[in-house]
Amino acid sequence: MEGDIVQMGAYVGAGLACTGMGGAAVGVGHVVGNFLSGALRNPSAAAGQTATMFIGIAFAEALGIFSFLVALLLMFAV
Amino acid sequence: MASEAKSEGLVFHPMDQFIVKPFFGSGSIEFYTFTNAAFWMMISVVMVIVLLVLATSRRSIVPSRAQSLAELAYGFVYKMVEDVAGKDGVAYFPYIMTLFMFIVCANFAGLLPMSFTTTSHIAVTAVMAMLVFLSVTILGFVKNGASFLSLFWISSAPLPLRPILALIEVISYFVRPISHSIRLAGNMMAGHAVIKVFAAFAGVALIAPLSIVAITAIYALEVLVSFIQAYVFAILTCVYLKDALHPHH
Repeated sequence: MEGDIVQMGAYVGAGLACTGMGGAAVGVGHVVGNFLSGALRNPSAAAGQTATMFIGIAFAEALGIFSFLVALLLMFAV
Repeated sequence: MASEAKSEGLVFHPMDQFIVKPFFGSGSIEFYTFTNAAFWMMISVVMVIVLLVLATSRRSIVPSRAQSLAELAYGFVYKMVEDVAGKDGVAYFPYIMTLFMFIVCANFAGLLPMSFTTTSHIAVTAVMAMLVFLSVTILGFVKNGASFLSLFWISSAPLPLRPILALIEVISYFVRPISHSIRLAGNMMAGHAVIKVFAAFAGVALIAPLSIVAITAIYALEVLVSFIQAYVFAILTCVYLKDALHPHH
């Protein structure tokens, strides 16, 4: 019985950890949206900044990945 | 996973494709066992060799298709290293080129039907990320000595804020190998699992056409993601390299 409750908590927690993905989605959308609005104002400067955009995406995405990591730990390690 | 749930209707096994199995026969996996992971890693190495060595062995002024692809890849990575890591980062270009070509070939080989995605395993990506982390840290101390630690002491910030920022910087520095490896593995694993989930829906006649269209669309997205994740892995390596070469903010 107790083990069942612990397992249920782990599964519910894994599901809740997936809400972190929403935060990563907002972050990545914010980065790309701002890049695009800047790029349309000054298209000649945009090509040199795509690498910066990808670095920004990667950093914003990293925090969403930690929620994925928490979900994985709850599913397989707890 | 709750894989023992044997229901009559839909049976999902989206994670079964990531199981490491012996390539010949079936038995326990020892450290010398030739597994499907080892086989597909070899395939991606062979892909790199065919593209970069064989395709450029008979060079011509008017390049063949394979040769121009190899030149394109070389120029792309070279420009990325030069732009992000600076002129003195170019000395480490071979390492970044190796990482990029291996990851991009492993990702694309994993997209073949019935294949195995080696980069979806954290064991594979963690080794690469850990090597990047260790080599960049050692390089930073060799090049700059103790002044490499000024990476964590942001001199442009107000003085009372600096200790707090230093703590955050130290934590974010040591989190680097984790996020670096799990980003690649997580993206690969999630994309392939989504394809398998939609493939399971194709067994229901009512929604089969919709699910096949969805698989096609997600597959196209996965081709893009495979490339972008290899690019992101390489470009973050360049960023870490730049931090090691020029730690002063």
